[in-house]
This record gives sequence, C-alpha cells and structure tokens, in this order.
Amino acid sequence: MNGKELVYLDSTATAQRPVQVIQAMDDYYNNYNASVHRGIYTISEEATDRYEKAREKIARFINARPQEVIFTRNATESLNLVAYAYGDANVTLSDSILSTQMEHHSNMVPWQELAKRKNAKLNYVMVNEEGFLKMDEFDGHLLKKPKIAAFTHASNVLGTINPVREMVKKAHEAGAVAVVDGAQSVPHMKVDVKELDCDFFAFSGHKMLGPTGIGVLYGKEGILDRMEPFLTGGSMIREVTLEYSKWADLPSKFEAGTPAIAEAIGLGAAVDYLNKLGMADVRTHEIGLTKYALEKLNGFGGMRIYGPKDAAQKEGVISFLQEGVHPHDAASLLDEQGIAVRAGHHCAHPLMMRYNVPATLRASVYVYNSKTDIDKLLEALKVVEAVLKK
Amino acid sequence: MDIYRENVLDHYKNPRNFGKMGSPDAKYYDTNPLCGDEIEIQLKISGGKVTEVMFQGQGCAISQASASILTEKLIGMGLADAMKIEKEQITDWLGTELTPSRLKCALLSLMVAKAAINEFEKKG
Repeated sequence: MNGKELVYLDSTATAQRPVQVIQAMDDYYNNYNASVHRGIYTISEEATDRYEKAREKIARFINARPQEVIFTRNATESLNLVAYAYGDANVTLSDSILSTQMEHHSNMVPWQELAKRKNAKLNYVMVNEEGFLKMDEFDGHLLKKPKIAAFTHASNVLGTINPVREMVKKAHEAGAVAVVDGAQSVPHMKVDVKELDCDFFAFSGHKMLGPTGIGVLYGKEGILDRMEPFLTGGSMIREVTLEYSKWADLPSKFEAGTPAIAEAIGLGAAVDYLNKLGMADVRTHEIGLTKYALEKLNGFGGMRIYGPKDAAQKEGVISFLQEGVHPHDAASLLDEQGIAVRAGHHCAHPLMMRYNVPATLRASVYVYNSKTDIDKLLEALKVVEAVLKK
Repeated sequence: MDIYRENVLDHYKNPRNFGKMGSPDAKYYDTNPLCGDEIEIQLKISGGKVTEVMFQGQGCAISQASASILTEKLIGMGLADAMKIEKEQITDWLGTELTPSRLKCALLSLMVAKAAINEFEKKG
C-alpha cells in the first residue's frame, strides 16, 4: 500500500481472506455453478450439497444444529431479522427493551426502530471509565422485565469481552429473550451457543476470514419455529396458492430468494481454516499480541488508551489517541507508511460520546499479524508525532 | 501521496488570522460531526468586498490549515468571487491531492465562509 509492504491492522472492520476461501468460491463458479434446492441435475445437487455442508460446518463451529443456522447477509441483517420477525410479534406498547451503550450501531438502531414502532421503552446499560458494562445497571433494568435484552459479546471499539453467559442467565430469569451480537467474538475465540444459552446469536462472515455478503443468525429451534418469516417469496415456502401460502421448515423459512451460495461455501472454507488453526490457539496468539501492543503504546508517552488494560479481558482491539494529534491526521500519515488502521467513530457514536471524543484510532490484530506489525506501527507513530506535534 | 506538505504543516502550526474580531459584519460556525472538526469564520465586509477575516476552530491539520489559507485568500476578494470558489481551488492552495474521506475536512472552512456571506446577503 503506497509503495510499502502492507501492515494490516484493521481486521475488526474486515479480515483478509485466505486463498482457500477464495478457491472454494472460485471452484463453485467454475465447476458446479447452479441454484440450490432446485434442479434434479447433477451440478445443482452438488451446489445444494456444498451449501448445506457449509451450514453444517458453521453449526458445528458454534455448537448449534444446522436448522438453527440461518444464512443472512451479515450480523446487521441477522439482528434486523430478530427485531422485525421476533420483536414486532412480541413487543407491545409500554414493554421495555434493554441494550447497552457499548453496542455497534447494528445492535442499537434496530432496537430504537422497534421501540418506535411499538411505542416501547428502550433502556441502556452504560459503560464505566475502564470500558466495562455497569452490571448494577444491567440488574436494575432487568427489574423492569424487558421483553428483549440485546448485548454484544465483545466491543468492536474497546475490545471488552462481556460476561455473556451470566448476562443471558440473568436476562432469562427476568423473562427476557437474550440476543447476542457475536460479530467480534466468533472470529477470535471458541463460541458455544448452547453453553451461552442465548436465544439468538448474530455474526458476519467477512470478519472471520470469510467473504462479504454472508452472515449468520443462530436461533434456538423452538423460538425460530414459532416465529413468522422476515422476508417472504421464493425458497421459503412449502405450498403457495393464490389465496395463501405455507412456510417451509427451518432454516429455509428464513432464507427467501436465491441465497449467497458461493459466499456460504466460502464461509464454510473459512471455518475449516479456523478449525485447523484451533480457536484456542487463535485466542492465545491474539492475547499475546494485544499484551505486547498495550505495553508498547503505554511506553510511548502521550497515548490515551481506551478500554480494559488487561489483554486477557479483551480482544485484540485497541482504541487510542495520540496527544495533540487528530486521529484522521494520524491515520493519513500511517497510510502513507503502509499501515492500515481505522480512524473514526467505529459505528459506535454513543460510545464515542461516552469518552467525549469525536473519533479514535483503532488497531486490531488477527491470525496473520505478528509483533513485527506492532513494531512497525510504533515506528510509524513516531513519524506522526514528529510531523504533527506543535 | 504526501498530503502533509510543508505549506499545510506551516498553516496548521502557525494559523494566520486566528482569533476573534470586535464586531464582524458576518459570521458562521459549523462542524464536521463525524470527525469533530469545528470552524468559525468572521468577516468584515465593505463595498462588496471582504476586508478582514478571522477564524477559530479545532480539528485535524487539513481542516485547520485549509481554513488558515482560505482566510488569506479571502481578504480583498469580492463577495461574488468568494461564492465561486470551488473545491479544486482549495486543493490547489493546499498543494496536495486528497482522498475523498479527507476532502470533507478541507472543505469545511469554505462551506462556513460561503454560509457567512449568504447570511450577510440575506440581511441585505
């Protein structure tokens, strides 16, 4: 990038893809391109088989059953599916919904809109100075018996890993359905939806080495079965007459229209790749890099770091500001040196307001990053300081 | 790409016409909410021309340097000519090419200056 070897530190936004993922998609388009669940001919059968095998791989990856894995475009669409298909049918006037200040806009705006449609109340759990959710507030809001409690597994800005297992348990005790945004957790750690016991769990393919345009909604079978579909039309029906239609079984009921076939197969290949690495090792690798980066940034002087200080309590995401330097200037100067970091509000305006900053710099690591990348970032930040310090 | 030329850094570190004036004929303040850039421009206007300009603000180097440069260019300029300044002119003065995401920063001061002139002309 800009004539320099790329140092990619923005995997929280989207990951780079392994060649195996690209080849799997290429193979579909070149060798057995056909619609799924349709033709009697061989390549359509093969496309269906690979598409459904990808679903099985993903189901095993998070310890779900295949019929509980709904393919969507991304985590945002998954969460909208829940807000519309579950929320509209179960939330009514004067009900409450619970979310948090830590959420990505994708797990905040759909609930705001649901609250607006139903004249319901939306409450938020605030974030403390150290970057953790205020659990006393969570408990307090649960006393209001919300219908839905929606929270993130891990923050895309602060890296904070929330105690989701405990939060789901408390939400259930209060009678709420628990919706977890797993976009930042599934790529980076072992996730077991049965162990978390959440009712819905949403994530995106492109953050976990997979392609863009494919995401997943996990839902407990019993709940998904009782829900009406979100989008209607082709593929999701059992029977259609001019007067009425009957819905297909799970998961097809929630997959209207021709799906993202190549992308689903690509995501299956990404899961194979992650399994080969082993999620425990992925997590260990990231804790090591995060610890190293935190030490280096703390030692730099004049760095303000947001979020937990202990690498074991967070993911490989570090938001920081260099004293006296606007993050956009820093990001431009880092770009000139071949380093890709995110500068901005990270789709989390309310969290930026919490810390009273318009934007931060964010460096995030994944399986392909090394300590050398962190060293290069630190060297480049010295250049930023030299150029811009008044 | 090399957007932080000496000219830009000089205006960022030593902004010209920075501060407030006593009784401006026109003023306007606006922000770039996504990046937190803020600019206020005050103008003295006489005989259809800008005679004095002051600006205040905070934000990234590009937003502040382009505001500083703009104030120098505006002094002595007719209002009609000021309203005709386009984005190409701003990047020309900065002496650098900007990516679309940074162009917004560079254009904030121009937008604010034009808004100030518009307010002045509405007042008659």
